[in-house]
Amino acid sequence: MTTRDDHADAADGPRRELTRAHAYWRANLRLVASLLAVWFAVSFGCGILFVEPLNRIEMFGFPLGFWFAQQGAIFVFVLLVFFYAAAMRRIDRRYGLDDDERETG
Amino acid sequence: MDAQTLTYLFVAVSFALYIGIAVWSRAGSTGDFYVAGGGVHPVANGMATAADWMSAASFISMAGIIAFLGYDGAVYLMGWTGGYVLLAMLLAPYLRKFGEFTVPDFIGTRYYSNTARVVAVVSLIVISFTYVAGQMRGVGIVFSHFLGVPIDWGVAIGMLVVFFYAVLGGMKGITYTQVAQYCVLIFAYLVPAIFISLLITGVPVPQLGLGATVADGSGLAVLEKLDRTLVDLGFAPYTQGGKSTIDVFAITMALMLGTAGLPHVIVRFFTVPKVSDARRSAGWALLFIALLYTTAPAVGAFARLNFIDTVHDRAYGEVADWFHNWEDVGLIGWRDKNGDGRIQYGPGMPFEGKPEFAGEARGVDGQRMLLNAAREGTNEVYVDRDIMVLANPEIAMLPPWVIALVAAGSLAAALSTAAGLLLVISASVSHDLLKKTFARGLSDRQELLAARIAAASAIAIAGYLGVNPPGFVAQVVAFAFGLAAASLFPAILLGIFSLRMNREGAVAGMIAGLGFTFGYIAWFKFYAPHMNGPDAWWFGISPEGIGALGAALNFAVALTVSHFTAAPPASVVALVEDIRVPAGVSTPHMH
Repeated sequence: MTTRDDHADAADGPRRELTRAHAYWRANLRLVASLLAVWFAVSFGCGILFVEPLNRIEMFGFPLGFWFAQQGAIFVFVLLVFFYAAAMRRIDRRYGLDDDERETG
Repeated sequence: MDAQTLTYLFVAVSFALYIGIAVWSRAGSTGDFYVAGGGVHPVANGMATAADWMSAASFISMAGIIAFLGYDGAVYLMGWTGGYVLLAMLLAPYLRKFGEFTVPDFIGTRYYSNTARVVAVVSLIVISFTYVAGQMRGVGIVFSHFLGVPIDWGVAIGMLVVFFYAVLGGMKGITYTQVAQYCVLIFAYLVPAIFISLLITGVPVPQLGLGATVADGSGLAVLEKLDRTLVDLGFAPYTQGGKSTIDVFAITMALMLGTAGLPHVIVRFFTVPKVSDARRSAGWALLFIALLYTTAPAVGAFARLNFIDTVHDRAYGEVADWFHNWEDVGLIGWRDKNGDGRIQYGPGMPFEGKPEFAGEARGVDGQRMLLNAAREGTNEVYVDRDIMVLANPEIAMLPPWVIALVAAGSLAAALSTAAGLLLVISASVSHDLLKKTFARGLSDRQELLAARIAAASAIAIAGYLGVNPPGFVAQVVAFAFGLAAASLFPAILLGIFSLRMNREGAVAGMIAGLGFTFGYIAWFKFYAPHMNGPDAWWFGISPEGIGALGAALNFAVALTVSHFTAAPPASVVALVEDIRVPAGVSTPHMH
């Protein structure tokens, strides 16, 4: 059964597709911005700019600032990238833009 | 078996393995040759990326540099890992979706301009050759140290092995040999590190050992003891840096942006099947890299402690054998300034420059005589930083097979990086310069042949540079990262994240960033090296860190110029819209 709405949908298709892609892109940018804030905070923040006050705190035999600069930041980097991959996968699916086989054909 | 026989055995077996893998995974098409047909598993690609990235410098030199820099060594640790966060989130997934073969390919297509493509090719070639010369030299040095083969022969053997699997196997061959090389190098790095951590602290995990208590009954933590020992000798404490905060900031930033913009690393993410694989693969790559990079600061600190313990205030005749062995090789020099026959270690240079020995002449205590003019100060010992990793097994008195393992591991690190670099050089010549610019009629088979010829010539040039290293190689490492940070990184980033960025903006930005960074480094390294110091540096930023400013300049120029020039054509905007979405990825060899 063909209705008036179906025709409207077809005409709207490309535009709706584009809005969906734009919403997806905004969600992506939000995620990346917050993860990069963490990236900056642990490396440039804790490891460089605030290294001296943090060095007054001792943890497990490390001055804390020194630990961030030589180990801690790297551990956080690894977690960030895996978290990013998983979170993006969820966003991909939510917007139906993931690259699973059924999509690529 | 003695260490040398074992080393021959380990090196021969590992080389046979690499060549076997290359024969098994020969490249049949340009898609295979450039991007391994786009069918590499994300975890395998992660390992290959880690081996690709970790060079002779990471394996041999980094821990030693950290040992002597203390806190300041963090610029390398954070800079060379933090770049992967940028790569994973800002570049890799989108470039994989773009689905072409090379980095200049993206820049040329995105900016609809062969000028942009050629500028990218030029930066790529300069960056990659700077790097590859160091690798070949590393191969030669390892051969001469461990196997007693002349450096030139070492370089030639290294060239032959790389030639075999890079020319034959292309990216496909390189990928699977890099997986094997990663396993060899990480094993070779961790085994001595674990032994030494056990020896000094009793803790088998080096990452934790760095924070543990020294097992000498003093009750001091490793870093505490190191700080005290160094202060007693007149050094600055280990956990505090000597560089200014702004310089540490700038160097870390330049290394991060440069890492993210290095073509031979980026191109590894073209080899996985899907966009989501590129993201995951970056995580695996960083995890595999982090394994070595979090071990390195522990190795550095232990080595420094061990070094001072075994050397300082010992009579030359009674000091451990390794001291004499490495003195014979010329990486250690001792000048008994106060004539007491004991080795005094302290801050400052013992004498001018690198040691130059008076032939085989020996002093009263049996030490090699030095020609260098003595310097003021109490320090009598010259020690090459690379010793910290190479001699670690000897310093810690580990069994001979560990020494053989370190030799095989450093060769794996140098060869895997060299192969990756040679591949991007050959791909940019055959694909970007020939196929896409100057010889458009090339068929796939002709292009594959051209790629192989280009790879072979690149190996020959790299080998030549390894045998006759230009005196400035050590000086220009800053170039590779600075140039990648100031040229490629901003151009790719803007190409993805700005729909408005156009040809004029990108080209002007790249040229401004390149010119500025190149000029600054050349000025301080070659033209006026006597002025190379914080007083003359702009904003207190050293040439090593200037790439960060160059990148900022690139962004500023690109955005300004693009604002006043015509918007990019609709087809390019559509392309950018398309690469932002993971769905509908294509395999590269379909193009």
